[in-house]
Amino acid sequence: MSTHAAPVGGPLVTTGTRLFAGIFGLGVIAIAWRLLLGLGSATALNDGYPFGLWIAFDVVTGAALACGGYAVGLLVYILNQGKYHPVMRPAMVTSALGYTLAGVGVGLDVGRWWSLWRVPLFFWRWNFNSALLEVALCIMAYIAVLWLRLAPALLEPYTSGPDSPWRRRAITFSRIIDKLSVPMIALGLVLATMHQSSLGTLMLLAGSRLHILWRTPMLPLMFLVSSISMGYAVVVFESAFSSVAFKRKPEIDMLAGLAGAMAPTLWVVVLLRVGDLAWRGQVGALFAGDGRAVMATLEIVFFLIPIVMLASPAQRRDLGNLVRAAMAMIFAGTLFRFDTFLVAFMPGANWSYFPSVPETAVTVGLVAFEVLAYVVIVKTFPILSGQTLAERQAL
Amino acid sequence: MGITRRAAICGLLTAGATATGITSTSAAVMPTPPADAVGLLYDTTLCIGCKACVVACQDANDLPRDPVGIDARYDAPVDLNYRAKNVIKLYHDGDQRSFVKVQCMHCIDPACVAACMLGALKKREFGIVSYDVNYCVGCRYCEVACPYGVPKFQWAAATPRIVKCELCNHRLAKGQEPACTEVCPRHAVIFGKRADLLKEAKRRLAENPGRYVPKIFGETDGGGTQVLYISHLPFDKLGFPALGDDPAPTLARSVQQGVYKGFVAPLALYGVLGMIAYRNRNKAEAEDAPHKGGTL
Repeated sequence: MSTHAAPVGGPLVTTGTRLFAGIFGLGVIAIAWRLLLGLGSATALNDGYPFGLWIAFDVVTGAALACGGYAVGLLVYILNQGKYHPVMRPAMVTSALGYTLAGVGVGLDVGRWWSLWRVPLFFWRWNFNSALLEVALCIMAYIAVLWLRLAPALLEPYTSGPDSPWRRRAITFSRIIDKLSVPMIALGLVLATMHQSSLGTLMLLAGSRLHILWRTPMLPLMFLVSSISMGYAVVVFESAFSSVAFKRKPEIDMLAGLAGAMAPTLWVVVLLRVGDLAWRGQVGALFAGDGRAVMATLEIVFFLIPIVMLASPAQRRDLGNLVRAAMAMIFAGTLFRFDTFLVAFMPGANWSYFPSVPETAVTVGLVAFEVLAYVVIVKTFPILSGQTLAERQAL
Repeated sequence: MGITRRAAICGLLTAGATATGITSTSAAVMPTPPADAVGLLYDTTLCIGCKACVVACQDANDLPRDPVGIDARYDAPVDLNYRAKNVIKLYHDGDQRSFVKVQCMHCIDPACVAACMLGALKKREFGIVSYDVNYCVGCRYCEVACPYGVPKFQWAAATPRIVKCELCNHRLAKGQEPACTEVCPRHAVIFGKRADLLKEAKRRLAENPGRYVPKIFGETDGGGTQVLYISHLPFDKLGFPALGDDPAPTLARSVQQGVYKGFVAPLALYGVLGMIAYRNRNKAEAEDAPHKGGTL
């Protein structure tokens, strides 16, 4: 079916891409600020809150939002739902871009970024007790797997071009990647399972300094399942975005199906969250009346909202409702991650943190770059499928 | 379809078990200190808060001064930071008060070491938690992990490092004792082998039971530390965390090790997912021509 995928075409320079390029430009200035003057100057990070916006959003939430490839991959390749195959390529593009930018986020966040190359290479120094090491290695490997799997699609304009020795090499390379698709699919799914759960292990090392509402060995499983929900939500959002931005017919059957697949994962998250609190005898902490209790309650409420919004088949076929539910889902997963990494962390009353202007500019700039890169890629390469130009013009 | 779906659900359950690690979470075993473990013993009843140790520490470790107050005229770090590896704090409990010396506790099973990706922070000679900048990427996970909030980061530097007490290991190598114990005029903080210091602490508690609360902080707290404290006020009034006896990294490590022991679970998951994906593809190719060949 992916053979039906075709470039969207059209001009790359539009009002929209100019706007996103401008926002990204501001981010580049903030990145230069951070690299030249250091973290203390560019960010509001401090010794009480050594992890801030970049870790909580760019890396941890960013990786979960980039789970579209993982979530749809599980459906297509494992649950054998071949009808979702057409959304596999766009989902993988958002995954590859999202993970790459999460990697950029790490590179900007670590103080000694120029020594980061040692992490994958100095294997004799690896500390396997460190969940962070595992996250780092898995994400690096996953970025490589995602781009390799996308390579045939990105090489397609070239491989279908005029004959040359390089063209033949590109064709051979694409064939090898296609031959290796099953081991690569399995590797990608394992890597995503590993690091999405380990992102939930990270804050458990804070031990007594992590609030009791979040201090549970179930945190990795809750991170894993909610990342799948977020993956579906992003695919729904991305597809709706494409249909509006490129004036395509929305793939409503597919999106309704994805919304149906999303609902059980949401239920699992809510039941795990509430069940875990009950099992640990901490339900009372939800009603303590303090800020953290309110935030934990909001988390649960926001995971319930998309369940209600997607309850009936009619609701799942209403595009506007689908997009709103997807946004609620994305917000719920984001809130869960911000809570775990920032709200639940208790370094002491004399510490506080709120992201600085350049810190925020970097985060917003990287998101703008992601949107920009997505638009450029789907206009240039055969990613989106289902409609020819003529069909779109007839719309 | 039926068999495949069943296999798929099995695969996802494996993934779930992989993620929780609850199947093999073992109870923590009390760690034993290294045979050559050295440490400090600090006695709140002897400290007069002169802060000679603070200045001696800055000198011995080539740390810049940390002036505070009006016109920054007062050289007194208010907390541990990248310019202060050792500070004296004052705590109140009702109308009673106590000074407390704060520096790295040199845990027997440290959370910062569990956090560190390439072992830049590691227990080296004498059980001292020491820092090797060559293996540090500046991720600051050690700062998140430490239950005492000890490791600090050079925020102002473009090439930052982690700063923490390394028990003057450069002085120990020359046969000297740590700067803080050397200058202490009242021997409120003393240096020695951990076993000897523990014995000394127990002796003081036994000889003056009314003078101290009946506890040696660090004997078992957080799995035990190489820096020990005895006090006339309860430790929870002196800024010490209530950690229990399990080592600080126990929860995170039991999850991590439970999941990744021998790397069996990820390999099993890979095998199961690979098999299902392979069967699904073959079936799709047999049933459905468009799936043939270059599928993503």
